[in-house]
Amino acid sequence: MSLNRTLWLVATLFAALWMAAAGYAIFFIAPDESTMHQIQRIFYIHVSSAWTAGIAYFVVALGGALYLIKRNPRYDWAALSAGEAGFAFTTVVLITGPIWAKPIWGIWWTWDPRLTWTFVLWLMYAAYLLLGTLVDDKQRRATLRSVYGIFAFVNVPLVWETIRWWRGQHPSPVIGGGPDAKLDPTMWSVLMFTWGAMLLLFAVLTRQRYRLEVLRGELDALRQEAEDSAASPAASASGRPLVELKG
Amino acid sequence: MKNFDSILAAYMVFWAIVFGFQFSISRRQSRAEAELAKLKQQLHR
Repeated sequence: MSLNRTLWLVATLFAALWMAAAGYAIFFIAPDESTMHQIQRIFYIHVSSAWTAGIAYFVVALGGALYLIKRNPRYDWAALSAGEAGFAFTTVVLITGPIWAKPIWGIWWTWDPRLTWTFVLWLMYAAYLLLGTLVDDKQRRATLRSVYGIFAFVNVPLVWETIRWWRGQHPSPVIGGGPDAKLDPTMWSVLMFTWGAMLLLFAVLTRQRYRLEVLRGELDALRQEAEDSAASPAASASGRPLVELKG
Repeated sequence: MKNFDSILAAYMVFWAIVFGFQFSISRRQSRAEAELAKLKQQLHR
């Protein structure tokens, strides 16, 4: 086993242990919130997932920009991998939000600015992931995806600012929301601890997804090699292609 | 614990999505690895 693989295996185990420790901190160390009580403990996973998705989409935009500058497909693969992980974390946000909202607001969903923009964000990255299936040419696909990934990132700060610009059903920000915004120091520590675990989980998942793109890259190169050998008259004595191409 | 079912549901959703994503990657990876091995074998025959 290579050193790189061993390091990632250690990182995966560490992410699992850190997530377990975060679970303990959420249920046994974080204090009870005065108005919402126990249900507020969803906050740690809901907010951490949202922030992790924001970081993931930043990686998508960065990978896209680097691909457009350097034309190295590995940047597009990294962007796509982060995009898929980010989409998974946004899905967590969109499902845990209503689960938290129902006992507190009495409704699962409302078209409040924050909720609406988060849903738009989810749709935009669903389109980003689907984009790859619509274009056959590899370079065109990567270019299109990169441009779209940069454009879609504009929505991330917009989602962040929605609760600052407009008043809706969603609570006002407790983090970065001005002098009146306060979060209990223990709650803050537990949130940061959970977010750290989730960032590592994101890195592990993205790396694994990236490995899949590397494999697909190798597969494409081999298919090309097989196609070339099939096209060459000297490649096969019988005149039949050496391999049967699929996909 | 009040609203325990909601808290449990939220955490289960999180882990279901994480494991679902992980499973989906592993499945696609196995498929790509099998195809790669087959193609390599055919090319070097």
